[in-house]
Amino acid sequence: MTATLEKLSPWLFTIGIFVFWEAVCRVFKVDKFILPAPSEAFMAMAQYWRPLLRHSLVTLWTTMAGFALAIVFGIVLGLIVGWSRTIYRGLYPVMIGFNCIPKVAVVPILIMWFGIGEIPAILTAFLISFFPIVVNVATGLATMEPELEDVLRALGASKLDIMLKVGIPRTQPYLFGSLKVAITLAFVGTVVSETVGANAGLGYQIALSGSTFQMPLVFAALLLLAIEGIAMYAAFAYVEVYFTRWAFRSSMSAAAQ
Amino acid sequence: MTASVDIGAVTLTYRGASGGVLALQDTTLNIQRGEFAAVVGPSGCGKSSLMKLVTGLVPPDSGEIVIFGDKVHGPVKIAGMAFQNPNLLPWRKVIDNVLLPLEIVRPHREQFRRRKQEYREKARALLKTVGLDGFADRFPWELSGGMQQRVSLCRALIHEPALLMLDEPFAALDAFTREELWCVLRDLWQKLSFTVILVTHDLREAAFLADTIHVMSARPGRIVLSKKVDLPRPRDLDICYEPQFTNIVHELRAKIAEVRKA
Repeated sequence: MTATLEKLSPWLFTIGIFVFWEAVCRVFKVDKFILPAPSEAFMAMAQYWRPLLRHSLVTLWTTMAGFALAIVFGIVLGLIVGWSRTIYRGLYPVMIGFNCIPKVAVVPILIMWFGIGEIPAILTAFLISFFPIVVNVATGLATMEPELEDVLRALGASKLDIMLKVGIPRTQPYLFGSLKVAITLAFVGTVVSETVGANAGLGYQIALSGSTFQMPLVFAALLLLAIEGIAMYAAFAYVEVYFTRWAFRSSMSAAAQ
Repeated sequence: MTASVDIGAVTLTYRGASGGVLALQDTTLNIQRGEFAAVVGPSGCGKSSLMKLVTGLVPPDSGEIVIFGDKVHGPVKIAGMAFQNPNLLPWRKVIDNVLLPLEIVRPHREQFRRRKQEYREKARALLKTVGLDGFADRFPWELSGGMQQRVSLCRALIHEPALLMLDEPFAALDAFTREELWCVLRDLWQKLSFTVILVTHDLREAAFLADTIHVMSARPGRIVLSKKVDLPRPRDLDICYEPQFTNIVHELRAKIAEVRKA
């Protein structure tokens, strides 16, 4: 009984929130230009399903493209940073500084360089999501047990051997843990860029509908965005468990705890 | 007998943030080929530094270390090591953990693919001698602490090192498991006849296993007593209750109490 309740609880909570929202809108007769009820948002979703589907797919593919770049670049940079203390110390302040720049401030520059369209969205998604990947991969390498390193060095292992046999495999739980966080950031990046300058995507849809006071449509787009985010998070959470089952069972990994 | 490990007047300083710490001063130690040597001493006396020096992971400030006739420059490559923490790789099965050294040590690493079947048989045989028959395909986290430490011993021995370095390998185990593993180590040593340096602070462990026990002083570490243990071999756990054994432990304890005060 409690087990089934636990399984159902995410659905119950979600439905509960929608019911509450609907009730508030009806009881207080909230104007739908201020806050449309979920029923109105869903009706807008049904009515405009064709453009919404098109914009959702644009947002999904630009986010995934930016995220793919972030994974490749994040892993490579993470390995480089984790490889040596000197590089770590040299690059870290630069990366922190870079991460502190609000990406919304960079979007106009990207639009000037690449024009209105999908490329600024892909690049913004990439810029916003690579940082946690780098940090996690570097942490995975940097927290390697020194005794284990001694065991291998006493066998004549080179730095490369140690990285290949221990460093990179032990980084996996850190990497996959960071992907879950990074994918949701990537969506933020895409939407920010689409809102500022694009002619397709959910961000564009939100900006356009907002400027014409079609609030139910704005909320429909927001809900679709949330659904995409949850779906991708779930996908990467599954990938994480699938590839690093050992990390959930052993006490080794701090990332898995 | 020829000397296998010869540590001559070695001094080692660690440079930390708050200035240098003199870890070892003028330490001299000779260990014969095939001998089981134990190093005991108060905590922080530089026992682990000694391990790093002998395996060449850390160079001494002065003095020299000669292993099997060769002066040590850099990692020695013929040593197996095991620590208090088993340090197994959780993504590898037990047998693949044991095989790890063969993927690294020459000449095995070049032959690893070709002779994989043979190596696996060898690893299985070794696991069997430590009582882990049938656990080869488990993951380390499915095993108890004592079993993990057995795997760690197998990993330290799979490449048939001439020298086995043990840094408090049984310190984290409960008393019964520890005594069990003393016997495992004793049997392995008698069967494979390698040289052992066992760092420990368990005096009974040292007296039960070792041929010679070296007592180190508090920091900076120096060898203040080298005691031959002339208990007959093969030794049985019952020997721990003989007066002769108790006397040895007593003497060591008195010596350590003395150097701790000094």
